[in-house]
Amino acid sequence: MTSQGEVAAGGSRAPILSAVDVRVTFPGRGFRGAAATAVDGVNLDIAPGEIVALVGESGCGKTTLARTMLGLERPTGGEVRFAGRALSYRSMALRSYRRSAQLILQDPSGSLNPRLTVYEAVAEGVRIHRLHDEESRVADALARCGLRPPERFFQRYPHELSGGQRQRVVIAGALVLEPSVLVADEPVASLDASVRGEILSLLLRLRDQLGLAAMVVTHDLGLAWNIADRLAVMYLGRIVEVGTPEQVFADPRHPYSRALMSVLPESPIEPIVLTREPPDPTRIPSGCRFHPRCPELASGAAAAAGVAERCTGVALPVLPAAGPGDGQVACHLAEARLQALG
Amino acid sequence: MALLDLRDLSVTYKTEEGPVPAVRGVNLSLEPGQTLGLAGESGCGKSTIAISILRLLPSSAKVTGQILFNGEDVLTMKWGRLRAVRWAGASIVFQGALHSLNPVQTIGRQITEPILLHDPGVTKDAAARRVAALLGQVGLPVARADGYPHELSGGQKQRVMIAMALACSPNLIIADEPTTALDVMIQAQVLNLITDLAAERGIGMIMISHDLSVLSATCQRLAVMYAGRIVEEGPAHEVFTDARHPYAEALAWAFPIIGDTRTRMSPRGLPGDPPDPAALPSGCSFHPRCAVVQPQCSTRNMELWPAGDGRSAACVRVLPDGAAEPAVRVVEQEIHQPAEAGDLT
Repeated sequence: MTSQGEVAAGGSRAPILSAVDVRVTFPGRGFRGAAATAVDGVNLDIAPGEIVALVGESGCGKTTLARTMLGLERPTGGEVRFAGRALSYRSMALRSYRRSAQLILQDPSGSLNPRLTVYEAVAEGVRIHRLHDEESRVADALARCGLRPPERFFQRYPHELSGGQRQRVVIAGALVLEPSVLVADEPVASLDASVRGEILSLLLRLRDQLGLAAMVVTHDLGLAWNIADRLAVMYLGRIVEVGTPEQVFADPRHPYSRALMSVLPESPIEPIVLTREPPDPTRIPSGCRFHPRCPELASGAAAAAGVAERCTGVALPVLPAAGPGDGQVACHLAEARLQALG
Repeated sequence: MALLDLRDLSVTYKTEEGPVPAVRGVNLSLEPGQTLGLAGESGCGKSTIAISILRLLPSSAKVTGQILFNGEDVLTMKWGRLRAVRWAGASIVFQGALHSLNPVQTIGRQITEPILLHDPGVTKDAAARRVAALLGQVGLPVARADGYPHELSGGQKQRVMIAMALACSPNLIIADEPTTALDVMIQAQVLNLITDLAAERGIGMIMISHDLSVLSATCQRLAVMYAGRIVEEGPAHEVFTDARHPYAEALAWAFPIIGDTRTRMSPRGLPGDPPDPAALPSGCSFHPRCAVVQPQCSTRNMELWPAGDGRSAACVRVLPDGAAEPAVRVVEQEIHQPAEAGDLT
């Protein structure tokens, strides 16, 4: 625990998984259909044993980024690096990569085959990778996920389990291959309130015991507060703010993060409800991509600081990969305010 | 007179394995214009209550007690009267709006349907004007009336559901998990919309969710259910921040207040699963999962005892003789120790 604590604080170790200027564009459909840019330049480093939460609205590209990190989607620009090496997309290379990076999806009922027993479901990965000691690996993974004694669950079917137990089985299926990174897409969104905390505790415990790194994609900011070392806010294909949850929640510097934090129940910030739907990734606005919805621009705060023209006209650079501890923001106004201070 | 008064409501589903009690003696009342949050885990009976109010339960359900809507018992109403009450008296916004709309009918036609049914005198033009006004109220462009559900985003579909619920100007709206599966920002938009409309028109509202933080922010009163019974009731904010029943407390902790350092790196859940409704534990049905259980909890019958100003809780600890008695065990919780996480923050 302590050693990982130091890693998270100091960032001395090389990242286990990183995105380097990753771009993912989906071709448009039909005649003259515009291409959709789901991920438009993202730099993100995940250190061993670090939990990074990626938050944003639906359609902001967070799930596409997660899939790209796992090699399920091929970036159209930039690259994904695992342990310092760029991913290879040959099928043998991908297969071995997937032993190290595992995916956990939102709905455990949809992730489990109803006709496979718990044992079969968890053993599947072991068989695909032709590992030895199948039974002891399966038992060990189930026990780690709090399904004890594991033998009691071997012959059960998903319908005989509660929602929380099913999600534990899904996590056990990911752990059985002893990965070094988990990518979880909304891991608790479909679970009951009381189960939610249990599954989040499990993720934290796995990090402590096994040194697992995790990227958790979610729109649930409470989850980030509960388990994340670092929080990245994504808007329309870009990370617009990164920092520790303490930094970002206490003092969100990007107007979009600020609006997200302000609508939380019990938030000390006056609620800023963004009225319009998130814009279309086929038509990313010029200048700052957030400017059509930006409350700071609308209220004239940006004009008062003399950056209104930059907001509508000058595109922001892609944020470099931040080390743990240093916060970053992609906003002309935040930049101007920072300069005024220093 | 109360807008809605549930008196000793019980609902039992007949199944092949025998009767399953889903709701066991619930008393609730709602004044006109009041908002009430109903919270609990899946299977606790909260949605059963919602659909029983409009008598939408399947025929396998046996209902006892009374559901008084404006003083009239819904359970003994004639069909014609019941049809008039549905939509025009009380309407439901179901969870999962994404699947509740008909994919092959335009939005406008779906909103018009209840208007034409409940107000036979209305002309097509007048109905179209009503639809336009309703869409405006929920913040959708009028042109959307000619669109189909697949052209809308999740938040927009939920707005259409709300427009439908408002179509016949009901006095009561029941919103069953209206924002599940919606983003934070869209959730805020939808919740603002529902609460503003309810306040403007003095509509009574029951909002169902398992997220106490949302209910505390939108409702005046809050009732927490466990295994078919209400275990705590009171002013929403007080129940959320200072629950008297251990179950309500666990539920409140599940959704952290962001910025509260006690929950940072320390998610809290509730070990165990809700009981099988067909085989409930004796005494307090929560006692096998309770962290502060006392010897009397496994035998004593719980009822909602007064627990302070306008509050009640079904836990012996609110009673003078229960408060003094020590807990027999403190259930070991799967809590991540904050001290351990301290060096990370």
